[in-house]
Amino acid sequence: MNSLASLRVALVALRVNALRSALAMLGVIIGVASVIVLVSISEGTKQAVEEQIASFGANLLIIRPGSSMFGGRRGGAGTADPLTDGDVGAIRNEIAGLAGVSGEVSTMSTVVFGGVNWSTRIQGVNPDYFAARGWTVADGRAFSGAEEQSGRRYALVGQSIVEELFDGADPLGQAIRIAGHPFEVIGTLERKGETSWGQDQDDVIFAPLNTIRQRFGAGISVTQRDAVQTVYADIAPGESTGRVIADIENLLRIRRDIPPGAEDDFVVGSLAEFIRARNETESQLGLLLAVGAGIVLLVGGIGIMNIMLVSVTERTREIGLRLAVGARRRDIRNQFLIESIVLCLVGGLAGLVAGVAGTLVYAEVGQLEIVIDPVIVAIAIGASGLVGIFFGLYPAHRASRLDPIEALRFE
Amino acid sequence: MSVMIECRDLVRTYVMGDQVVRALDGVSADIGAGEYIAVTGASGSGKSTFMNLLGALDRPSEGSLRVAGENLSALDPDRLAEFRNRTIGFVFQQFNLLARTPAVENAALPLLYSGIVPAERRRRALARLEQVGLADRTGHHPSQLSGGQQQRVAIARALVNDPKILLADEPTGALDSQTSEDIMAIFDRLNREGITIILVTHEQEVADHARRQLVFRDGRIVEDRP
Repeated sequence: MNSLASLRVALVALRVNALRSALAMLGVIIGVASVIVLVSISEGTKQAVEEQIASFGANLLIIRPGSSMFGGRRGGAGTADPLTDGDVGAIRNEIAGLAGVSGEVSTMSTVVFGGVNWSTRIQGVNPDYFAARGWTVADGRAFSGAEEQSGRRYALVGQSIVEELFDGADPLGQAIRIAGHPFEVIGTLERKGETSWGQDQDDVIFAPLNTIRQRFGAGISVTQRDAVQTVYADIAPGESTGRVIADIENLLRIRRDIPPGAEDDFVVGSLAEFIRARNETESQLGLLLAVGAGIVLLVGGIGIMNIMLVSVTERTREIGLRLAVGARRRDIRNQFLIESIVLCLVGGLAGLVAGVAGTLVYAEVGQLEIVIDPVIVAIAIGASGLVGIFFGLYPAHRASRLDPIEALRFE
Repeated sequence: MSVMIECRDLVRTYVMGDQVVRALDGVSADIGAGEYIAVTGASGSGKSTFMNLLGALDRPSEGSLRVAGENLSALDPDRLAEFRNRTIGFVFQQFNLLARTPAVENAALPLLYSGIVPAERRRRALARLEQVGLADRTGHHPSQLSGGQQQRVAIARALVNDPKILLADEPTGALDSQTSEDIMAIFDRLNREGITIILVTHEQEVADHARRQLVFRDGRIVEDRP
């Protein structure tokens, strides 16, 4: 008997006992559906986190002053001496494995263009900053290191500024006033969107670090002429984050005269590492849930095996007849094996539909990102087929070993 | 008349608990091609065991058995299945049709295992159903057919692969006497057309249709009369 004929026989047998077949499939349906829901949500979360990391700067280190120490009294975060241009330069020149280093000072200010005003974040940065934080120039250009040093009044604006201040008109070459100082817009930046906590990242203006420090020194509480608030260091791809952090820490301890054994008065942090670490527990939870779904699939398989054994017993006379009219053992075995596989695959497909629907509902209701990976779908369907083979093999084997005389006499 | 079946000292033993039962205890017989034979005897006389051996559903414990030129003792289960498929047509007391399956598919069942394409399977099954007078019932399911019609579907199924031998085990046992006569008329006609028929029965009227009777008792043939 060829497999097409076996398939037909199997479909007829399943249709005859439609309700029983559906109940037997239930385990497989639930198993496949839960695998798809769980993996889709877990992948979606992972992707959201990766996007967040990428929009922040994939391998970014953030260096800030730590707590000051007067006797036994600690001043709290950011109270120690600020980092300086000298520190930025030293990190850039002496630490191996960095793609870029930039200082940053930041303040809020009112910006005016024509008759329109808008209050926004002003950030003074070095040219390396854009690459380090994953900003891309959309139009125009960024400023050079020399322009930064000489304190040119150039500005690069985010897309929200383009909309709010210029009402969508071309801002390139326009003069704007930031806290009364005239700046020339030399570039616009590609949209980054909101952070996961809802902050509009595009509502920002960048200018040369030195310019902002000269014009806004008091406003940004930078008391030293060469101070920066934050240093960003972008680790080159393939470099060890731990090693770079250690190198930077050693360098800054020397530069800041911290005696051996004393605590650092600065912090080298990695947001990506932090986000990934948080996500690690989430993906472990996802793995646990996936294992649970796998167990459901296993239980579903046992249900299939049970129903197949019942089916073999019920159809003993049919098997006897088929053997009598010339079915070989493998014909009988294949017939029941195909029936079991069809049962599981139909269950798998139903589970797929239920799983995708459930995932979409979840995404809609929870406003969460999901990723339905075709590979996972293929694996889920393949797994249900394998369940069909694995749990169908024993009943099918048992059917094929029946003695035709005994089977024909079976009541 | 050429020899279709050749039995020599057939013994079939079963182990039941710690007892060995000799269901067949030395049976020798020759059956020629085209013969029409009734096998009779009380229940437990060994007639069913004998039929199972002739039908290649079982193998003898001792002795030699040649059917249609094939030494059945030497065949493994799969070869026996192929042999049954090509050479033997079975008719059972309880018809043994597949429920919820149209008559034409029931009749075509043996062809499923002989590698015949679907269209040809159907063509041959329809021809056989016509031969047993069921040309107008080919799409009916067994539950929509009378007992006699069901048995005729079973006969069509037995004939569909052009077997050399038709083995019928109490073919009229579940039918009333008029229907039994109709069925026996079909057997008579098939035998006249040349097919070898062996039927097991305990009804004398049925046995009388045959031209030779083998009477079994205690695992042996005690009478072989024309």
